[in-house]
Amino acid sequence: MLFELDRVTYRYEGVTAVDDLSLLIPEGSRVALLGANGSGKSTLLRLLGGLIFGQSGAIWFRGEELCEEHLGDEAFAFPFRRSVGMVFQNPDVQLFNPTVFDEVAFGPLQLRWPKSEIRDSVGEILNRLRISHLKDRVPHRLSGGEKKRVALASVLVLDPAVLLLDEPTAALDPRSQSEVIDLLVEWGGGAKSVITATHDLGDLEDIADRCFVLDSGRLTAEGRPDEILRDRELLERTNLIHAHRHRHPSGEVHSHAHLHKDGE
Amino acid sequence: MSDVHPHARGGFIEHTLEGLHRAMERAMYAESAASRNGLLQRLDARVKVAGLFSLIVAVALAAKLWLIAAVIGLAIILALFSAISLRALAMRAWLGALLFSGTIAAPALFLTPGTSFHGLPITLQGLRTAGFLVLRAEAAATLMLVLVYTTPWAHVLKALRIFRVPVVFVVILGMTCRYILLMLQTAHEMFESRQSRTVNSMTPAEQRRLAVAGSGVLLGKTLQMSGEVYLAMQARGFRGEVYLLEDLQMRRLDWVALGAFAVLASVSIWAGR
Repeated sequence: MLFELDRVTYRYEGVTAVDDLSLLIPEGSRVALLGANGSGKSTLLRLLGGLIFGQSGAIWFRGEELCEEHLGDEAFAFPFRRSVGMVFQNPDVQLFNPTVFDEVAFGPLQLRWPKSEIRDSVGEILNRLRISHLKDRVPHRLSGGEKKRVALASVLVLDPAVLLLDEPTAALDPRSQSEVIDLLVEWGGGAKSVITATHDLGDLEDIADRCFVLDSGRLTAEGRPDEILRDRELLERTNLIHAHRHRHPSGEVHSHAHLHKDGE
Repeated sequence: MSDVHPHARGGFIEHTLEGLHRAMERAMYAESAASRNGLLQRLDARVKVAGLFSLIVAVALAAKLWLIAAVIGLAIILALFSAISLRALAMRAWLGALLFSGTIAAPALFLTPGTSFHGLPITLQGLRTAGFLVLRAEAAATLMLVLVYTTPWAHVLKALRIFRVPVVFVVILGMTCRYILLMLQTAHEMFESRQSRTVNSMTPAEQRRLAVAGSGVLLGKTLQMSGEVYLAMQARGFRGEVYLLEDLQMRRLDWVALGAFAVLASVSIWAGR
């Protein structure tokens, strides 16, 4: 099992973000964590990424407990960080180096890869994401779409076996959104695990083969994407779809449940 | 409209935006200056850190004003040979150091006992004491600015680690640099958003309220984003140590420069006794 969560609770400033959550994520799976804003998706990703730790319960990664003590030990932390990459929702927080090249090289340097390998891998990933021309630019001066690509490159360069993505297409234009989705679908040729936190149901069937629906930090439902998408009552209850009021050319005004999908 | 204040129209927000813009420009200037083809840019970061710090030590130990002035002169020459403009030094080092140290030193002019200076209510001894404080601050600020403007920030941090400066100190320095940029960026966006919603002018009281409210929100936002930056660094394996892609290598020019700095610092300490 890749991740195993047993009754995990995480609170901050009096708010329970993840509430008594238990779930299993097998190796090689593509999982979507669904939920409206504030449902606990981002917090859960951070727990899985070993960046924060719950007040109660436990998380196991490949049979080893994910806790502060273990991550303080290089023997565990290095392979874990190499295996699990996380892309944050806001690319600005991920870009803190003077150039794009340095930004992408940051992770491999921290994991003490040989320098020749770092140069080769960084060059390769920049080419793959078609951002080689940005390599000498200052990251925080790039456009939103470029920043997102650099943030992705800075994680994909490590070739992690597990990718944690927090709203990977948020604030991107439609073309960049589709390019990012294509990249993630193709990435790893299906051999990698991808866990995506999102409230956009449009690309759900492309990015996931299993969905967990969260509401107020609790697991409300789980199932295949087609099962979840068919359950209108669940989607409405968890604020993943909304009543959409619009006018037809005939002048008739009506409202119905609205699901955001490409072309709709 | 009766409540229009023509002289203050948009002034507060626009001035704040201009100030933030200038601050971001300064940050960009430091990054671009470090990659120019100047004398100090060609030297190894360790030589610059050791050399410029030894000159600061010499200035701190100096008991002669002319010697401190001479070190400032040397720093200016180094800056000019390293493609750093005098304007940048004046605006970013001298002015700030003068205001800060001048404020602290001013009471010494009046309170230090001694001979009256040309019949003025200040003493010669007070003038000397204040002169030492201000000139030492100016010298240290100039030397530090020369270091920062000629060395990529990551190299400065790496050099500090090589000189056994504790990890926690180096991490704080590194993060501070990133946090300041984040804070400037956030503040810029906040004030731009405010500007886009401001049609009329604001009274001074409204401007004060906006400044106070804005500061609180800015602090909260920056703290939150700073926490996320640290998590993002941790997620990519950051554990406090600084690693560089380029190996720091001492070449002949670096050894010559190191020797020159050693001689200059030694002579300064000896002459300044």
